[in-house]
Amino acid sequence: MSLQTIVKRNAYYDSATLLLLSRELQKIAGVEDVLVGMGTDLNLNLARDLNLATSDFDTLTVNDLFIAARFDETKTSMEAIEQAFNDYLNKGADTSENEDYMPPSLRAAVQNMPGANMVLVSLPGQFAAAEVEEALDAGLHVMLFSDNVSVEEELRLKQKAVEKGLLMMGPDCGTAIINGVPLCFANAVRRGKIGVVGASGTGTQEVTVQVHRLGGGLSQVIGTGGRDLKEQIGGLMMIQSFEALIADPETEVIVLISKPPFPSVAEKIYTIAKNSPKPVVIDFIGGDRAAIEASGAVACISLEDAAQKAVSVLNGQPVKDFTGFSVPEAEVDQMVENVVAKLMSDQTELRALFTGGTLADEAMKLLGDHYQIYSNIPLTPEMAIQNLPGGRGHICLDLGEDEFTRGRPHPMIDPQTRTEFFESHVDGHTAVILVDVVLGFGSYVDPAGAVADSVREIRTRLAKENKDVIVIASVCGTDLDRQDLNKSISTLEAEGIIVMPSNAQAVRLTDKVMQRMMKGV
Amino acid sequence: MSVNDLFKKELKVVNMGLKSFYNDVKSQDVSAIQVNWKPKAGGKKKMMDLLGKLNKSN
Repeated sequence: MSLQTIVKRNAYYDSATLLLLSRELQKIAGVEDVLVGMGTDLNLNLARDLNLATSDFDTLTVNDLFIAARFDETKTSMEAIEQAFNDYLNKGADTSENEDYMPPSLRAAVQNMPGANMVLVSLPGQFAAAEVEEALDAGLHVMLFSDNVSVEEELRLKQKAVEKGLLMMGPDCGTAIINGVPLCFANAVRRGKIGVVGASGTGTQEVTVQVHRLGGGLSQVIGTGGRDLKEQIGGLMMIQSFEALIADPETEVIVLISKPPFPSVAEKIYTIAKNSPKPVVIDFIGGDRAAIEASGAVACISLEDAAQKAVSVLNGQPVKDFTGFSVPEAEVDQMVENVVAKLMSDQTELRALFTGGTLADEAMKLLGDHYQIYSNIPLTPEMAIQNLPGGRGHICLDLGEDEFTRGRPHPMIDPQTRTEFFESHVDGHTAVILVDVVLGFGSYVDPAGAVADSVREIRTRLAKENKDVIVIASVCGTDLDRQDLNKSISTLEAEGIIVMPSNAQAVRLTDKVMQRMMKGV
Repeated sequence: MSVNDLFKKELKVVNMGLKSFYNDVKSQDVSAIQVNWKPKAGGKKKMMDLLGKLNKSN
């Protein structure tokens, strides 16, 4: 085995490109481990953890790119790895988009595109705040996708944005649709009269997708970043956006999506809701229903319910909680009987493997306290995944959290992380697998195909024990998404996966299956 | 430009970072420009702060 590093000084590439490139180089025969990255502390530590660091690392700066590889010299060489690296990067160079002029700075970009009004920032966190500040100073709205921006910086930047009447969506803001243009991770939906402000990425995506499927449309979808409604930030961006939607003539119904806010922040929101001339629908996922209703807003029991109520309100129809299924419940019960009959008595466990954090959170909240569900985003500290007794029990994971994305892309971009969890976390004790399949801009080209491949592999594996497993999915996507909703559903169903029309219904079906299992199979 | 003014304008996007976000916006026939971003001052915090101050005074 040989361990070697190539350093390319002053060669910057974004982290997503380099992570995908690392995966490509890993496929070269003879390569045991390889990491391509910029010389950031995070990457250097990762390389050290993988035992890929060499003395060359001492001289690296954040401007330098490194390729560190451990490989079998009889099968490949560092030159071959570097050639594959160059080939991969050059592959994209022939496409027309690369002919576009790329100015070296924000200032130069604005000079080149008069009337620029929105800046998307997905730079490494430590550099992001300075660029955002420059954008705000130039009077530009900002969507800040990057995380690793401190709460102090977030507060300062949002205060500046509010002072100037600008949007500062983020940090860690994954989704927005401004003037009908989906930004970062967002679905292709029709335009309409429902405006959304969301502090939860996939939660917001699910609401917009469901509104579209109900025949409704979206005026504006504004993200705030997950910390906006915490005490330190005080809901600065949600309040600013909420007021903008109240003033927007194109918006007739306003939907607010968040995890439960800090109480004093919730109070501020309720006060605005109380005085809003437009109907307001609020899903503070698992939040205080009575307080929401006291403000005159419509409270919701799920993301799907929020979409249904928003469309009902818009159409002047009465609102009621949507607690059931899109198909008659008797059909669902029959389906439950049929699938549970396939299980053996020692198949008892749930494996909920989500790529969307809010969808995972909603799943655990809807399943409630009937079950002991261990998670990396547990509802109570004692249900932390580390406390899972002997690896046995129900599990619900948000695979997009930092602990799973270190050194690799988010599982919505690259399905590899979830593929590995299907291999490592599903066995002969698993009864039900619950997954989300998130389509849209930013997402992987065929997430349904990746899930279907994994399920096929699992079924082959379990067949050796004469076992099968129940797989339940929901697809967060529309017919307008480039991955195509219907094609994705067909791909999943062809593999025997039960596809439900929403995350909430997928969770409810999972609940029914588990309740039925507890009665005995 | 206030948020409500933005709602009335054609969206024009400057992208700093992941190229795929730029490609996605461009694919929708929306005006967009990609910044060929590199860490300023070799990513050294002290120098970046100084440069930031110089920029503001310009």
